[in-house]
Amino acid sequence: MAQLTIALTKGRILEETLPLLAAAGIEPLESIHNSRKLTFETSSPEVRLLILRGVDVPTYVQFGAADVGVSGKDTLLEHGGHGYYEPLDLRIARCRLMTAGLVGQAPKAGRIKVATKYVNVAKRFYAEKGQQVDVIKLYGAMELAPVLQLADEIVDIVDTGNTLRANGLEPREVIAEVSSRLIVNKASMKLKHYQIEALMDAMESAVNEINSGT
Amino acid sequence: MTPVERWMLPDGIEEILPPEAQQVEHLRRSLLDLFHRWGYDLVIPPMVEFTDSLLVGLGKDIDLLTFKVTDQLSGRSMGIRADMTPQIARIDAHSLKRSGVNRLCYAGHVIKAQMPSALDTRSPIHVGVELYGEKGLEADAEVISLLLATFAHAQVDNVCLDLGHVGIYRALAKAAGLTPEQEDTFFNLLQGKSITDIQAWIAAHVSDPQAAGWLSELPRLAGAKNVLAVARKVFANAPAELFSALDELEAVADTVQQRYPEAQLYFDLSELTGYHYLTGIVFAAFVPGKGAAIGRGGRYDRIGEVFGRSRCATGFTADLIALSRVGRFDLDITPGIYAPQSSRPDFWQSVQALRSQGERVVVGLVGQSQPESHQLCNRILVEEEGQFQVKPL
Repeated sequence: MAQLTIALTKGRILEETLPLLAAAGIEPLESIHNSRKLTFETSSPEVRLLILRGVDVPTYVQFGAADVGVSGKDTLLEHGGHGYYEPLDLRIARCRLMTAGLVGQAPKAGRIKVATKYVNVAKRFYAEKGQQVDVIKLYGAMELAPVLQLADEIVDIVDTGNTLRANGLEPREVIAEVSSRLIVNKASMKLKHYQIEALMDAMESAVNEINSGT
Repeated sequence: MTPVERWMLPDGIEEILPPEAQQVEHLRRSLLDLFHRWGYDLVIPPMVEFTDSLLVGLGKDIDLLTFKVTDQLSGRSMGIRADMTPQIARIDAHSLKRSGVNRLCYAGHVIKAQMPSALDTRSPIHVGVELYGEKGLEADAEVISLLLATFAHAQVDNVCLDLGHVGIYRALAKAAGLTPEQEDTFFNLLQGKSITDIQAWIAAHVSDPQAAGWLSELPRLAGAKNVLAVARKVFANAPAELFSALDELEAVADTVQQRYPEAQLYFDLSELTGYHYLTGIVFAAFVPGKGAAIGRGGRYDRIGEVFGRSRCATGFTADLIALSRVGRFDLDITPGIYAPQSSRPDFWQSVQALRSQGERVVVGLVGQSQPESHQLCNRILVEEEGQFQVKPL
C-alpha cells in the first residue's frame, strides 16, 4: 500500500476529526495535543498525520505534499477551491461566515470599508451585491475595527455571536454556512483511489452515525 | 534600479540551465522522432500571431491567458501564444488544406499571462500532436496510445490515465433543462466534487426528480472501470446520447488497455477539463506527487469552423519540462577532452579530428592548463613524442 499523508489543524478541527479517523482505523500513536512535533505516525502503518496552520492545509493538498486534508469551508472559500476535490462534508466545527457592524448603526450607503482576514471572500460577496468596498486585511481582533472606526463592517466567522456582542457589534448577513470538509489532492484521488475511497467511506458512515440523532 | 531588480525574472518565467537544458532538448528531439515514426509531420508555428486566429476554439479562458500587443504594421491586436492548438488548427484548415486525414506534431514554448497556481510555470514547453479529419474512435485510440507512448518514452513511471466523455454531462444537462449559464455553474461545482454544495444547488435549481437524481450521482462516478457499469444502471432511462457516449468511452478504453495492459486507467464522468470546446472523449495523464495533469487532450470537432473549414480533430499536449523532470529519460553526457592551447601547427587538425569522431573537445584559452569542473572533461590532449595524444585526467 502506498503512503497516505493526512493534513490536519490543531484545535477544534483536530478534536472533532480524530474520532472520525478512529472510525477508519487511524489513530495517532502518541498524543498530538502535548507534542511539539509536526508529523505523527498512526496505528495504520501507511498513514501519517501532519499538523499545520489551518490556512496552509489547502496549499499542502493542492500541491500534493499531503494527499488528504481537513479544512474549514471558510478557509476553502478564501483559498479559491481550485486544484483539489472536496468530496465529504464532515459536519464538524460548524459556524457561519457573516458580515457584522456596530449595533443599531444603519448600513452605510456608497463605498464602505471592510476589515477581514477573508479578503477574497469579502471582495466576491460585496461585488455580487453590487457594492463597492475597500477591503482591509487584518489577522485578528476583527471586532475592534468598527469600534475604532477603522472599518464600517467586518467579515468573520461567527459561532455563538458572544464575541460580537461583547464588543458592541451585531451580525448582519450570512455569507456562507461553514463546516469542515475533507479535501483530496486530484492526482492522489486517482492514483490511490482504493485507499482514499475506503477512508472516505469509513469517515462518511461515522459522520452519518454521529448526526443521525440530530 | 538595484542589481537585484535587474537580474530577477518575472514570476513563473523559467530558464533552463545546464545540464538540464541538454536533457530537455534531447527529450524534445527524440519525442519528435517518435511522433515522426507514428506518421506525424512537424510544424513550427510562429510565436506571435493575430488574436483573431490565436484565441479561437479554446473557450474564454485562453483570452485571459494570452499576452497581447498591438502590431505596429497593421494596427491589429497580436497575441503571444498561450496554447499552440489553435495555430495547428489554422495550419490544417488554411495553410495545408490536405484532404483526408492530416497528422501534425509540434514542440515549442508557450507563454501564459496568468499562473493557474503559485507553483506553476508561465513559460512551459509544450509538445503535442493533432489528428484531423477522422471522426472514428480509432483516431481517439491512436492519440491516447501515442500519449502513453510519449510517457513511456520519457520513462515516466506510474502514469494514471484519466478518461471521460463530455457527451455524458451534456446529455444530462439537456435532460435536466439547464440554461447555458446553469450548465456552466453546475459544471464548475462538479470540478470540486463537493457533494454538499452540489446537492444544495440541485435542490434549488432542478425540479424534475429523475434529472435531479442523475445529476447528484454524477460526481460519485469516478474510479476503476466498473464505474461504467454502475453508470449504465444509475442512468437507466436516460437519453440515448448518454449511452452512445458511454459506449464510445468503453470501446476506446478497451482498445487502449489491450495495447498497454500495464496502463492504469481511471474513469471520471464529471471531471472534464476543456469541456467548453471539447466534443467527445477527454483524457489526462497524472503522475504521483503532481496535483495537476502533465499531459491532456481530447476530441474537439468544431475547431476549424472559424477558419471556414470544419474538421474533426483530436490531439494531446504535454509539458516537456515536467516530463523531463518526472521521467528517468537521462541523457548520458559523455565527458569531454580538454585541449590546452598549443602553438604547434597540427594542433587545430588534431582537435577537429577528435570532434569529427563525436568527441566533445574543450580548447583551453589564455594559458589555462587544467579544465574547470563545469567544462565536464575527464581526459586531456597532451603532446608526447611529437604527437598529440589523449590521456586520462
